[in-house]
Amino acid sequence: MNPAERSQRWRASLLWAWTLTVVVFMYLPALCLLLASATASRYFTFPIPKWGFDWWQKTFNSFEIHQLFKTSISIALLVTVIAVTIAFFGALAFARYEWKGRSLYQKIVLLPIFFPQSVLGLALLLWFNAVGIDLSWKSAVFAHLVWIVPVVTLVISIQVYSFDPALEEAAFDLGATRWQVMKEVTLPVLFPGIFSGSLFAFLLSWGNFPLSLFTTGADTTIPEYLYAKMVAGYTPGVPVLGTVSTVTAAFLLLGGYGLIVLRRRARLK
Amino acid sequence: MATATDRKARQGPLNAVPVILFLIVGFAAPLLAVIGYSFMPERTFGLFQKPSFDNYVTVFTSTSYISFLWSLGLAAVTVILLALICYPIAYGLARVFGRWSTLLTLLFTIPLFVSENVRLYGWILFFIKNGVLLGTLKSLFGIEIQSWLFTEGIIVLGMVYVYLPFMLFPMTLGVSMVPNETRDAAFDLGATRWQVFKEVDLPLSMPGIVIGFLLSFVLAVGAIVEAKVLGGQKVIPITHDIEIAFTYAQNWPLGSALAVLLMVVVGALVLTVLRRFDLDAILGRR
Repeated sequence: MNPAERSQRWRASLLWAWTLTVVVFMYLPALCLLLASATASRYFTFPIPKWGFDWWQKTFNSFEIHQLFKTSISIALLVTVIAVTIAFFGALAFARYEWKGRSLYQKIVLLPIFFPQSVLGLALLLWFNAVGIDLSWKSAVFAHLVWIVPVVTLVISIQVYSFDPALEEAAFDLGATRWQVMKEVTLPVLFPGIFSGSLFAFLLSWGNFPLSLFTTGADTTIPEYLYAKMVAGYTPGVPVLGTVSTVTAAFLLLGGYGLIVLRRRARLK
Repeated sequence: MATATDRKARQGPLNAVPVILFLIVGFAAPLLAVIGYSFMPERTFGLFQKPSFDNYVTVFTSTSYISFLWSLGLAAVTVILLALICYPIAYGLARVFGRWSTLLTLLFTIPLFVSENVRLYGWILFFIKNGVLLGTLKSLFGIEIQSWLFTEGIIVLGMVYVYLPFMLFPMTLGVSMVPNETRDAAFDLGATRWQVFKEVDLPLSMPGIVIGFLLSFVLAVGAIVEAKVLGGQKVIPITHDIEIAFTYAQNWPLGSALAVLLMVVVGALVLTVLRRFDLDAILGRR
């Protein structure tokens, strides 16, 4: 091995070592949650004196927790459907078509992403109050959308950038109607972007705390419940739910990624 | 009948309509409501009293500037640390790790979808007395030290941890925008590694790096949970001040005035930086 190659190898392994260290750093809290959830006692001490999964069972049998899941899932599902619909068209305007106000439009779409969420939550609270809308999980759906629609627009846009407009033109030339072009060409080609957009929408809504805090009214989502429990009245149910959230997110994302890879492979064959 | 070019020219604005309408109702209007409230008399809940500047006077004569400085300072430290931590990773993801990059990117994405407070709680379990770190030290080595919880350092750690992906991903985009040919050419002309970094890598990946700085800074200025959960309310950032005005103090107009000032700072920064960028180039239009 010549010296240049050796130094290249050496640098690559340094980069790997650093990156993996940071990955461990990213997952350290999740590991701590997992450990804390597997304690038999009421309070967490480490090393764990007695292991046990009672708290998992208790958490899953609790009626209160079922209600929380229902609220959180209803919000996340509604947000996903609405956000993806609006963002699909938004992404076409963002990346597909050449038009006069496009550059300005792109920046407006980004603004809510660059905005502190806790302040956005408060602003929406004021707005709902001024218009006279009662706060419930439905107003939280609206609040989540303000932040999630721009994110999903961006995610789908990245797919749209790699979309060849000539495909649509060809279909039009062959006499397809607007609807047919949409159904047979645009949607299938953009599917991976729409799919990752929906995953993002669902998970971001599911995990959102700052927007929910100010806009759910009497309803409670899981992150809100966890926060309340962290501040006062800790139970090992907190790490249990935390672990469940992390594992669900990992499962959905890795699974979704797997699906996209499989689909691409099947296409190439 | 409209010609093909006509049809195409109208398609852009037409597709933009739903998003624009939604953002007018969901983003612009609430911000206007905040601005409106900030001019209302103290401790009122309606929007139609006689406007005044009293709240701003109160803000400027109070000690809120300390909270402002804390927010800006913590955010600045966080962003600098993030840049140092993320650049090597971004470089690796864009140039060295090859097909492993996607999986690694995914690993960095997953924590984003678990709510912040839950993940920060994991850090509490790690650092707390008899927690994972101190408990291990005690039982294995018999060392007993003070917990680092509720210090400024731990708040920064929490913020670095939470906002890492927001620096990493734009930075990776930026680094991958540097063409290999340019770097090779520089090396062939006898440039040193450091020169290539300074003259080629850094300037050409700047758009991504600046977006990363901007995004993580803005989000960090708006941070609230880190200081509350990990910092034990030792430090009160401006967002916490705002929340106190809205909840305990029941003084919406004052809270609105504080929020408006924060919005002005953040908005000015975002608009100045974004104005200089061609988003198409960064997001990879072909």
